[in-house]
This record gives sequence, structure tokens and C-alpha cells, in this order.
Amino acid sequence: MYSGINISQTDARPMYLQIMEQIRARIVAGDWPMGRELPSIRALAAALSVSVITIKRAYLDLENEGVIVTRHGKGSFVADVNGLAGELQEEKLDEHLAAAAGLGRQLGLTPDDLAERLRRAIRNMDKK
Amino acid sequence: MTATKHIEMHAVRKAFRFFTLEDLTLELGPGQIMGFVGPNGAGKSTSIRLMTGLLTPDAGEVRVLGHSMPREQAVAKRDIGFVSDDMRLFAHATLGWHMQFVASIYPGWDAKYAQTLVKRFNLRPEQNVSGLSSGEHAKAVLLLALARRPRLLILDEPTSGLDPVARHEVLSEFMDVLRDEDRSILFSSHNTVDVERISDRISFIDRGRLIDSSDKEDFLERWRRIQLQLPAGTTVPDLPHVVSRVVDGQFVTLTTNRFSQDLLAFLGSNVRDVHRMSLEEIFVANVMHHRETRGQ
Repeated sequence: MYSGINISQTDARPMYLQIMEQIRARIVAGDWPMGRELPSIRALAAALSVSVITIKRAYLDLENEGVIVTRHGKGSFVADVNGLAGELQEEKLDEHLAAAAGLGRQLGLTPDDLAERLRRAIRNMDKK
Repeated sequence: MTATKHIEMHAVRKAFRFFTLEDLTLELGPGQIMGFVGPNGAGKSTSIRLMTGLLTPDAGEVRVLGHSMPREQAVAKRDIGFVSDDMRLFAHATLGWHMQFVASIYPGWDAKYAQTLVKRFNLRPEQNVSGLSSGEHAKAVLLLALARRPRLLILDEPTSGLDPVARHEVLSEFMDVLRDEDRSILFSSHNTVDVERISDRISFIDRGRLIDSSDKEDFLERWRRIQLQLPAGTTVPDLPHVVSRVVDGQFVTLTTNRFSQDLLAFLGSNVRDVHRMSLEEIFVANVMHHRETRGQ
């Protein structure tokens, strides 16, 4: 019986988000490799003593994120993990770029100035 | 083909001298757990007695596992396990005697599962019932119902007398029952933490009326508490789906039962904070709101 996932009652996040986060962590860490079958919804509900509808919600959202795939009547499986890691990094890049754009505006830089600064940063990295 | 609903109550009414249960409509499908939540005297036990055929409705229809209650209760009860916290076993018989007794009546008795439950619940079959603590007694009664493997378990306050460890044992056992998609559980409780954790559907009842019944996730998604800070001299207009509004100077707390991004966009930069609500908070807000609208 699988019960490595923890549900905390002092965590303000709803239970389905806590479950999603811990499944994602196992996939990113490589503990749950691509193609691995996830516990069935009812088995995980029983293992965690959490309602079936909560696990369903977590799996559905993970599926919409592309983290897992569900084959009807066969179960849910870990999706292409490279795709996931890549996507997470892309998201991070967008966040950093948005932060840089914000700082640039505060300093009164034009988009061209900012682009030049980015090129300079890349050149500096190549020199090292 | 649609599966038979395990519980169907439609426009049920039952009047007593000082209390009336009115217009109760609810449904429970197979494979689901319903938490039945209400304050003391709300009508939970009356509803459960109607479901189990112990009371006859004055009006409306009660069907359990497809059988009309109380008329077809003899057939329905083969597949219903009913436990209420006022049930008492025979004090001068052992748990083992009770197990044999129940096994002799119900052909579905699963002796192996009963032994597993004896171990999991830390009970001793050779012990006289009179020697059991109240928590052990509650677990013994649950064991006798669970080991029959009924399709529907109806439990009136099953966790009320239990310590935290025993509650954990019992809730795990309920979830184990639900591994089978054709079984279902309805349980009443004051303990909203238990209900929030294991229920798929939740019904709130207050003063003889059902005030809300829905999927648990749906409840948790719909309800939010929104804190606003308004520019001095302004007020929030009346908004739909706001069940309570507390104004303290420039600070306003709204409670909504239909949270949406549109509402948030409308309130705009006045929003300081948005909080999800626990089932307990939702329950209390829901009850207060309904009492206000009904002018009580």
C-alpha cells in the first residue's frame, strides 16, 4: 500500500494541491520515472484516508498540466518527464525575464538598452 | 445503464410535536461517501431513521438500494449496515458470541475480514462486553457492521466517542470499504475535520431543512473570504452571492458562496487578501446565512 504522501491539516492549501505538489516532486526527482503507473484513485484514497473525489481532482489537474496521462480503463501514468522538466524551466525563465523587464522600466531603460544588457551578460558568461 | 442510487430521498416530510423535517431531498450514488453535517437537533438522526425504515415519512419518497422504505425494508436491510452511537451490545456476552450471532443471521458475513478487524481495532473476542471501554464498544459495534460487508453503511456519529488513534483506525477502515466501487457510506458527524477529509459529498442540515448538498471539492472551491480596504468615503455596492459582509471603517470582509475571478476583477485593487475556508467555517457561515434569510 502506498502512503508516502503526507496531508497536513495545518497546511492552508487544499488537500488536492498538497497531493499534486508531492506527486510532481517525485516525478521531477526521478523517483517516479516516465511511464510508471500511478496508484489507482481508489487505492491512493484508501492509503491516504482521503476522499476519492479529492484524488480524482488532483489527477485531473495533473493530467491537464501534462504531468500524467490517463488511459481509459488502464490507469494513470507518468508522462514524458523531459517535457515536464523543460516546461518548468521555461516557466522559470519567463518569470526571471518579467522581473528583469520590471527592473529595466524602473531604471528607465529602453527595450534596446535592456536587450543590449542581456547580450553583454551572455558574452560575459561565454568568456568564463 | 445508470447504476441504482444507494440513497434517494425526495421531498420527505416528517412532523413531530416540537420538530418538523421538511422537504428533504438528497441522493447518494455507489462508490461514494457522504458526510451528513448539522448542529444538534438539526434532524440528522430523524433523516437516518427514515433511511433505515425505523420511521415512516408523512410525505415524500425514500428509496434505499432501489427499495422503497419502509415498505421493503426487510429486503433492503440485508445490504445495509446501520450503526448509531446509542446501540448497546449484550453486556454479559462476549464479542465473539456477538460475532457468531451476527454471522448466523447474515449470509454475507466475512469471517476472515472480521478477524482482520479484531486485530486492527485491538479487540479481544473472548472478552465480555461489560468490560469494554466506551471506545472499544464503539469499535466492536462497527466491526459487527463492517464484517457483514454491506453495500451501504449508514453510520450515525460513528466517531463521536473515539480517541484520536481509534478515529484514525476507523476512518482508514471506511476508506478501505470504498476500494470497492459498488459500496457507499453515509455518516453523520459534528467533526467537520473527519468529514472534510474522507467525504465525496457533503450535506448540511439545519432546523429540519437541508441547506446545501454538493460535492466536497465544489464547496471548497465556491466559498471564499475576501478582505477589502476601501478608499475613505466609499462603500462596496450590493453584490450577488455575498452571504455576509462585515464593515470595520475602511476594512470590509466579504464571505461569498460563488467565488469567481470576475468577482475579484470587479473588486480590483481594493482586495487585500483572499482566503479559502475550512469546511467548518463554510458550515457555520452557511447555517448563519440560511437562518438570516429565513428570518430566524
